[in-house]
Amino acid sequence: MAKKTFNRRKFIIRSGIGLGVLFGVGLLGRGPLRRMLAQTAEETILPFDNKFDAYIWFEIKPDNQIILRSPKVEMGQGIFTALAQIAAEELEVDWEKITVVHANTAQGPIDFVSTGGSLSITGLYEPLRAPAATMREMLKVNAAELMGVSVNALSVKNGEIVGGGKTMSYGEVAEKASNWDFKIDPPTLKSKSQFKFIGKALPRIDLVAKVKGEPIFGIDGSFPEMLYGSVLRPPVVGAKFISATPGKAAQMPGVIKVVIEKDFIGVVAESRVQAEDAKHQVDVKWQMPEKLLQQADVDALIKVGAGNDVVIQTEGSVALTGENVFSREYFTPMGAHGHIEPNGASAHYQNGKVTVKLSTQVANLTRKEVAKALNIKEEDVDVQPQYLGGGFGRRLETPHAVEAALLSKAVGKPVHVFFERTEEFQNGILRPPSHNVLKAKLNKDGNIESIEHHTASSDVAFDSSLLSVFLNPMSNDVAKAVVGADFGAWRGGMIQYKAIPNYKTVAWHAELPFKTSWWRGLGLLSNTFAIESFMDELAHETKQDPLAFRLKHLADNEKGKLLKSVLKAAAQHAEWDKPLPAGKARGIACSIDVGTPVAQIAEVEIKDGKIKVNKVICAIDPGLIINPDGVKAQTEGAIIMGMSASMFEEITIKDGKMQPNTFGYYQMAFIRDAPEIDVVLLSSGENPRGMGEPPIGPIGAAIANAVFQLTGKRLNRIPLNLEG
Amino acid sequence: MKIEFTLNGTPQSVDVPENMPLLWVVRDVLNLKGTKFGCGKAMCGACTLHIDGDAVRSCSYSAQYAQGKNITTIEGLAPEGSLHPVQQAWIDEVVPQCGYCQPGFMMAVANLLDKIPNPSDEDIDDNITNLCRCGTYYRMRKAIHRAATLKNNL
Repeated sequence: MAKKTFNRRKFIIRSGIGLGVLFGVGLLGRGPLRRMLAQTAEETILPFDNKFDAYIWFEIKPDNQIILRSPKVEMGQGIFTALAQIAAEELEVDWEKITVVHANTAQGPIDFVSTGGSLSITGLYEPLRAPAATMREMLKVNAAELMGVSVNALSVKNGEIVGGGKTMSYGEVAEKASNWDFKIDPPTLKSKSQFKFIGKALPRIDLVAKVKGEPIFGIDGSFPEMLYGSVLRPPVVGAKFISATPGKAAQMPGVIKVVIEKDFIGVVAESRVQAEDAKHQVDVKWQMPEKLLQQADVDALIKVGAGNDVVIQTEGSVALTGENVFSREYFTPMGAHGHIEPNGASAHYQNGKVTVKLSTQVANLTRKEVAKALNIKEEDVDVQPQYLGGGFGRRLETPHAVEAALLSKAVGKPVHVFFERTEEFQNGILRPPSHNVLKAKLNKDGNIESIEHHTASSDVAFDSSLLSVFLNPMSNDVAKAVVGADFGAWRGGMIQYKAIPNYKTVAWHAELPFKTSWWRGLGLLSNTFAIESFMDELAHETKQDPLAFRLKHLADNEKGKLLKSVLKAAAQHAEWDKPLPAGKARGIACSIDVGTPVAQIAEVEIKDGKIKVNKVICAIDPGLIINPDGVKAQTEGAIIMGMSASMFEEITIKDGKMQPNTFGYYQMAFIRDAPEIDVVLLSSGENPRGMGEPPIGPIGAAIANAVFQLTGKRLNRIPLNLEG
Repeated sequence: MKIEFTLNGTPQSVDVPENMPLLWVVRDVLNLKGTKFGCGKAMCGACTLHIDGDAVRSCSYSAQYAQGKNITTIEGLAPEGSLHPVQQAWIDEVVPQCGYCQPGFMMAVANLLDKIPNPSDEDIDDNITNLCRCGTYYRMRKAIHRAATLKNNL
């Protein structure tokens, strides 16, 4: 019998190391530290900075249903399904017996970093299997006592414990056993060949709820007697709040209260339209900036040569003089996340405690911010994450949680608020613009001897409240000074063609006077667009096949091998050697992100004077695959989002206002624009790698390269436009 | 203002500001959350429901015009305990990712199939103009064709 005295809080499954530890060393000097950080930002799997035990993860119901509390949120990436598969494997239950729910901050293993960075499955694969296996073994120990059978004589199958001619379900054991306060040795986890659920294309567990329109999303959250709030935001970039009085708003129909606290102005009313209408009647004075911001100001700031620069990668001695030197530049604009669910929250404040329901990728940070704004303890804030109507990085910032909580406190009733779509464009968060310059020298054999990449952009990680989590215990300002340029913005910016003897990458950073931050893949889209367009241009300049040109510049290091294998797989699948019929052409591009290599081949034609992407062939190797259909869905989605961003989307600023500021005018891909997508799955290695973002990398360049092949016209600016 | 209409087969009477969009009547007043807010400008289609047999973007449809109308939302698309062929096809093809825009799409597609029982790809392109940011379009097209087959074989 394995019963012993045991403190379950000591039941440590895994404790983590953040980037903070790297900084804690502190003696490495800036240069190496920066390079280390650059590397780390590209490769690190940020683990949980917390302790977990099986009790927090699992709840077993008497009817043998198992509740799995997920520390990560479901935003469409299919993680709930994958987690159920992983847990079922070690628990030895039918995966359909597992119900996955979001953990609340008040209960369950809340993730202390975020859901994002394509790291959920990578980070949870082991931390979830271990408590699942432990839970199974603990059930066995208790079953042995209840059944009067030696624990060694017991076996488990489909949620039942069998031995000595007796059978008990997990549910029965959980109900009848009273003592769970004991310790067991960590069980050995299954090997790959023993998997029953991992690796199967099982259907998403949230399908039925989603096709029936069940109220599962952040904005669907509600409380009895809920009121509706609306918040006033600065009309242009740089406008500063001076003062406000309720004005006519207080007398408007349905208005409960006009709330003015420092620079926060909100209206609470019986209905949403009444709150919206009244908001515009609040008497508010803004101090306008002396000069309204224009796009030319942004372009001047985000430019190679402007702002801070940091060398993030260097090898050999780059020489770019003499013959066969090529130089090109590339641009991407500001973009929107375009999540269809607006950023909203409902909050109920009573007796010094508040409950907040919302879509958030950072439940723990949301809690901290609400606690700070209301001047209450974190323990008195219960953040209840709901299903996200799209994340894409936008839910890493949740000021609306604070807004809802402040308004609820002011009126003593639950309040629901959200960002109107126009406010989302003007006062939300954008993907920063970018400017990339690439230079290379080729030798007589058509091989690149030296390549230099300069990538310029604005804040991705730097303006994020998450930065302090990444860089703990450093302050944001110190961290920024050490790092020098934004490691989110340079993601995907390093040269991976390591057969090139001399290479160097320099990241430039400048701040913009409005908020830019995380967007699916961070800098991956813009940097891959630049590097992979440039590789194509070099191949063309030297009359080489773009595929062969890439292959020969990849080394036999780990990443090089991975990239070669996906390039070859995509090419084989697309029959790269067979030309397409007249009027159609292909382009190829590749990238590697969070360890996952991706190669894409886009097939395009020109229809009615516009680029039409007919088909995309994508080979991807995300390591161990939990759910092949989930991986395919993520790949298809990232390709379509990346295609949309590459072909249609652009925000510019005029007189301090974002243009456009609504859907429709901010053009995003419709069903008519979506290509056929053929995903080729490769699976090398023992563990899962990131999946949500990597396939967004190559698509822009693959399309631009195909357009060049077809028309001879090189498009170096996103959104790709034949007229441009 | 007092407005009466039929919602998913049940008579309803509400007293709301006359400029309140039908979307908020359905979501906030009647507490059916399946119809979604996306853009507020009838651009994305997340708020699509049926009014007297037509697909309508309810964020831009003033509640006063709902008087006497027959309204169906995603919750009433199929009889209780069953699925509409569009919903079944969505499950079969594993269409949803985040799922937020999907009720609007399914309502638009159900209406399309009422009007064009066997839509061509071009019919789909011309009539389905909702927005999905997760990029489920490739599967969605397959699901629309499958839904047509399922519905025609009922």
